[in-house]
Amino acid sequence: MDYQSKLNQEVVSLPKSGIREFFELVNNSSDIISLGVGEPDCPAPWDVREAAIYSLEKGETSYTSNLGLLELRKEISTYVESEADVSYRAEDEIIITVGVSEAFDLALRALVNEGDEVIYHEPCYVSYSPSIVMAKGVPVGIKTTIEDKFELTPEALQSVITAKSKILILNFPTNPTGAVLSRESLEGIAKLAIENDLIVFTDEIYRELYYSEEQADGSIKPLLSIASLPGMKERTIFLHGFSKAFAMTGFRLGFACAPAPITDAMMKIHQYSMLCAPIMSQRAAIEALKGGRKLISPMKQRYHSRRDFMIKAFHEMGLECVVPEGAFYAFPKVSSTGLMGKEFALKFLEQYKVAVVPGEAFGEAGQEYIRCCYAESMEVIKEALDRMKQFIDKLPS
Amino acid sequence: MDKLITLLHSNAGYSHEQLAEYLSLSPQEVANKIKQLEEDGVILGYTCVVNPETLSDERARAYIEVKVTPERGGGFDRVGNRIARFDQVSSCMVLAGAYDLLVVVEGSHIRDIAQFVTEKLSTLDGVISTATHFHLKSYKEGGIRFASEPTLERMSVSP
Repeated sequence: MDYQSKLNQEVVSLPKSGIREFFELVNNSSDIISLGVGEPDCPAPWDVREAAIYSLEKGETSYTSNLGLLELRKEISTYVESEADVSYRAEDEIIITVGVSEAFDLALRALVNEGDEVIYHEPCYVSYSPSIVMAKGVPVGIKTTIEDKFELTPEALQSVITAKSKILILNFPTNPTGAVLSRESLEGIAKLAIENDLIVFTDEIYRELYYSEEQADGSIKPLLSIASLPGMKERTIFLHGFSKAFAMTGFRLGFACAPAPITDAMMKIHQYSMLCAPIMSQRAAIEALKGGRKLISPMKQRYHSRRDFMIKAFHEMGLECVVPEGAFYAFPKVSSTGLMGKEFALKFLEQYKVAVVPGEAFGEAGQEYIRCCYAESMEVIKEALDRMKQFIDKLPS
Repeated sequence: MDKLITLLHSNAGYSHEQLAEYLSLSPQEVANKIKQLEEDGVILGYTCVVNPETLSDERARAYIEVKVTPERGGGFDRVGNRIARFDQVSSCMVLAGAYDLLVVVEGSHIRDIAQFVTEKLSTLDGVISTATHFHLKSYKEGGIRFASEPTLERMSVSP
């Protein structure tokens, strides 16, 4: 059968990720050590796992409301208000999804009409551009640079806005660069969003893993969210989930907070495609939010010291690397070694059995870079960086 | 709690070099800080958690509830300190609740412990009564679990 003719043409023409082969090569290799993982190195906290087990023991194996358990939505409402300083009604402004990826996809599908331009910053998470295309939008990427510490500037945003611009996607702290935005940049971006009537998606999946939030007096000043700026809540979709801060990737649980007409539209798609997120994951998430920062801080403290160690090592190897202020990735520029990111990653894997992710996985703007995850044990990080030093030293200069 | 103390509390076996990496200090700075903490009486000592089931020689341990007549001016301090001086006693603390002191006693045989309780502990001035619970098996001590966790299987690379 000619399957190509049977398949949806949009899907057929969607470019395969250029690093798919690389991912397959790595996942089929044995005896390798990896800085290529995009998830925490520890399981979810026991309290969280125990809540899921208890839920199963009680026989909770049913559907929940399409929006998710009201109890969880109430916890989210309280949590988001305390962490991001913006309040959402549990009844109709919050929807629980299967990972933040689903929330992101729902938001796009709920808002994009064919030909609408959707602006995002690169390097960025792998799914942004393809998801926009699948929602029949037009992806408009803005390259951020190492000189700007991979921050999106209002000037750069201004330069791509057209009459067709509809949505702006922000992801700070950013996967893969760890960048965050200053208050000035956020305010500048918010002003442009209001002037040009843009809807903003703010993917804040890494927001708790922000390393500059501890103040001199020991208090915590969480990362500023664009949703909390004046006039922004009404045009912002706040996307978040449990995967990173609570080490719950496999639970597949995320959520979106947005004005009721938007959550309602997202819910329509969600109810026909996903119905609801798994109930035991929702129970685990309630426990995670009750534990809050108490559960996060031991993991975060480990990431913090490993980050400092890794960045220092890159600088000693002569690699240019911005100190990432959030998430758990470092994004060193390797082109100074004479190799572009993909070549570097391939040769390093072949010769030294260490996996890193080529920067081009995150868009063209990442070609000269590699992404290294520091949510790994210190032993793995040390060994991998020792090997990287040997690898670089042996490259012809 | 101080970051250095937190780290040592989780694993007293960390080398100065490892601690230096975690804290972004030099090994010499770590050594100085530890010395200071020891001199200030913040760090009193180091121990290691052993799984007795892996040892060939017999060990016995008991947790003993002790009721004590408190004394004016010192409460349980005199009796508590006196009990703590015995080498057989590995821990001794005053608790709020149905009894006053909890004394942990170790020996090479149950007989040793029985002898200690009947001859030394219960005959002390101020001790009203004792209740001895023999230790059978540990699941966690000093923050360390006895069952080993299987290695976490993750994909080697993910976006």
